[in-house]
Amino acid sequence: MDLLNAIVALSNFVLVPAIAYGSQLALGALGVTLIYGILRFSNFAHGDTMAFGTMVTILVTWWFQAAGIGLGPLPTALLALPAGIAACMLLLLATDRVVYRFYRAQRAKPVILVIVSIGVMFILNGLVRFIIGPGEQRFADGERFIITARDFKEMTGLAEGLALKTTQGITLVTAIIVVALLFWFLNRTRTGKSMRAYSDNEDLALLSGINPDRVVMVTWLIVAALATVAGVLYGLDKSFKPFTYFQLLLPVFASAIVGGLGNPVGAIAGGFIIAFSEVMITYAWKKVLGYLLPESLAPDSLVQLLSTDYKFAVSFVILLIVLLFRPTGLFRGKAV
Amino acid sequence: MSEPLKNTLLFVLVAGLILLTGFVQSWSTALLILNMGLISAVMSLGVNLQWGYAGLFNVGVMGFVALGGLAAVLVAMPPTVDAWAAGGMRVMAGLIIGAAVIVAAAMTLRFLPRSRWRTLAVLVILVGGFFLYRGVFDPGVEAVEDVNPAGTGYLGGLGLPVLVAWPVGGLLAAGAAWIIGKAALGLRSDYLAIATLGIAEIILAILKNEDWLSRGVKNVSGIPRPVPYEVELQETAWFVEGAQRIGVDPVTASSLYIKVAYAGLFAVVLIILLGLAQLALNSPWGRMMRAIRDNETAAEAMGKNVTRRHLQVFVLGSAVVGMAGAMMTTLDGQLIPTAYQPLRFTFLIWVMVIVGGSGNNLGAVLGGFLVWFLWVQVEPIGHWLMQVVTAPLAEGSALKAHLLESAAHMRLFTMGLVLLLVLRFSPRGLIPEK
Repeated sequence: MDLLNAIVALSNFVLVPAIAYGSQLALGALGVTLIYGILRFSNFAHGDTMAFGTMVTILVTWWFQAAGIGLGPLPTALLALPAGIAACMLLLLATDRVVYRFYRAQRAKPVILVIVSIGVMFILNGLVRFIIGPGEQRFADGERFIITARDFKEMTGLAEGLALKTTQGITLVTAIIVVALLFWFLNRTRTGKSMRAYSDNEDLALLSGINPDRVVMVTWLIVAALATVAGVLYGLDKSFKPFTYFQLLLPVFASAIVGGLGNPVGAIAGGFIIAFSEVMITYAWKKVLGYLLPESLAPDSLVQLLSTDYKFAVSFVILLIVLLFRPTGLFRGKAV
Repeated sequence: MSEPLKNTLLFVLVAGLILLTGFVQSWSTALLILNMGLISAVMSLGVNLQWGYAGLFNVGVMGFVALGGLAAVLVAMPPTVDAWAAGGMRVMAGLIIGAAVIVAAAMTLRFLPRSRWRTLAVLVILVGGFFLYRGVFDPGVEAVEDVNPAGTGYLGGLGLPVLVAWPVGGLLAAGAAWIIGKAALGLRSDYLAIATLGIAEIILAILKNEDWLSRGVKNVSGIPRPVPYEVELQETAWFVEGAQRIGVDPVTASSLYIKVAYAGLFAVVLIILLGLAQLALNSPWGRMMRAIRDNETAAEAMGKNVTRRHLQVFVLGSAVVGMAGAMMTTLDGQLIPTAYQPLRFTFLIWVMVIVGGSGNNLGAVLGGFLVWFLWVQVEPIGHWLMQVVTAPLAEGSALKAHLLESAAHMRLFTMGLVLLLVLRFSPRGLIPEK
């Protein structure tokens, strides 16, 4: 039995990747949940919004790289991120003006807005593929690791290494900053408070003189920032491919629903719940169990509950369980 | 213009477009569009049953289509005798154990009083059952997949005529729809959307990874046909004579003949389903469905069980989609799991229903043909348009090459645009509900 090595192996293969993935999902789910809370529909175009913001960031990154501008050990994409956010904000404000505003004025049923968002999704999907192509793009540069597995082993003398990728570190730090800013904004500023009021009770908010157009506009701006940051972090950590971003829709929605649609704290918790379950259920536990159990009990097989191809099934099953037993989500969202 | 006249003209227009393709491009292309148009029409009939009659938002169409495709393999392919001998029974036993575990857990949940012990018992049953299931199931799968992996490596099917697969595809899809409907119906409409989106991805993941069932990404090809093979026709005396009498080369004639034969089969299914759908729409049941759709609270107050009716129509609609899926795989003669793309098989069907006119069966059929025609033809048109646009650019410039290469993605853009324009300016579609 070797507890230290087991902990290190567990951190390396499960905890660190799951925390990074969970932060990315949480940021995505925050965007979905905000739109749901304020605009009252499930935005199916969210995955492709993430793809659009990331695409602009990648293009600007390439331009910076060609011009020789960089951040040293940090990825250049961080420098290009504001440009991506700005472009994404413009895009979302434009779609709101051209598409969504009409249905809002009509007070259309939420499901109509969902179908409309599917139309937007098609258009964004086509646009992204048209501009950057359907293939896979890698745009991470700078230092690859904060600590490599080898350095860690030399430092500690353990048999197991703990690798910490730069992108994982950046993901966590950025996510914490963004979430802190968001909650400060929602809880402390006037605009943020009016947004929450609008989300809780639209008619009452209107009666108290809150300007709905302004609330909606600010929501889209925040969602654009969240979506782009989530997309860029995911792209840095893994890679960018338009179709993968479309597929992210499922875990992102699962996170938002599991936490309780319309509830920002829930979205964050949901993101981590989904990420941890996905990673833990598709991880082969042989190594960790090998350290923990006495030799006679050590497993021969991989002890992998599900193959990684079924990671979507994990978020889906969690979603189903929550829908069956607690339809409002763990943190009491507003939807039934 | 009277309504029947307008509708007839719309159908004539679509027929004219397909005929035009025949004259301008080739008859083979035109017949391909017709065949897939017929299948698309069946799919959009199914979605219309769910959306148009009951207002249920199903974005898992792709999953039900794929299940239909699986049915074609399971029914029509010859059984792999060696694989059955090697591990078939073990695989089946594993599946039965898996099902038994779920039933046992559900029973415990239902019949034991609510307590900490019940939760514990359910957990023990599920976790223990999972390992038992994997213990029986995994060696069986390994044995099956080891039998001639390059040629078969799966259990094969029942070796029945492929036409049997069409209703079976419907049944499979109906089963999946029942499970998903049980969980998600009765909640907000968005939840059904997310749940169906998820089930579609999972069905696809199963088809791609469970090699013992569907050969996974190795694909199943050579599914037996309901119509003769071209080569056989070319060796048949009466056919060659007939072709020569019209003055067509027998090879071309045989390929056209097969496509026409498929079109005939599909048309029969479409007409039967359309007839049934029309009868259902105008029956008391159809009126009840629309009443529920328009005002659930009022319908509930009249004593209608909204959730049960929703489940019923959801299962029916999915069955129709599954049947269309089986028909499509029959037409292709192969099952390629990687070919199922949500944009193509879920959202395109939605565009068909909404463009055609949700709530109107004729509209759904028209939308199926029209949107499929656009989907096929937008690519060459887009390519041509790009060439015109980029003509002033210098030959060999990177931008020109990129634009020409990307023209293919214009499709998605166009479909999104069509959907948004119809929703905005003609939300009731081309043939509105009466």
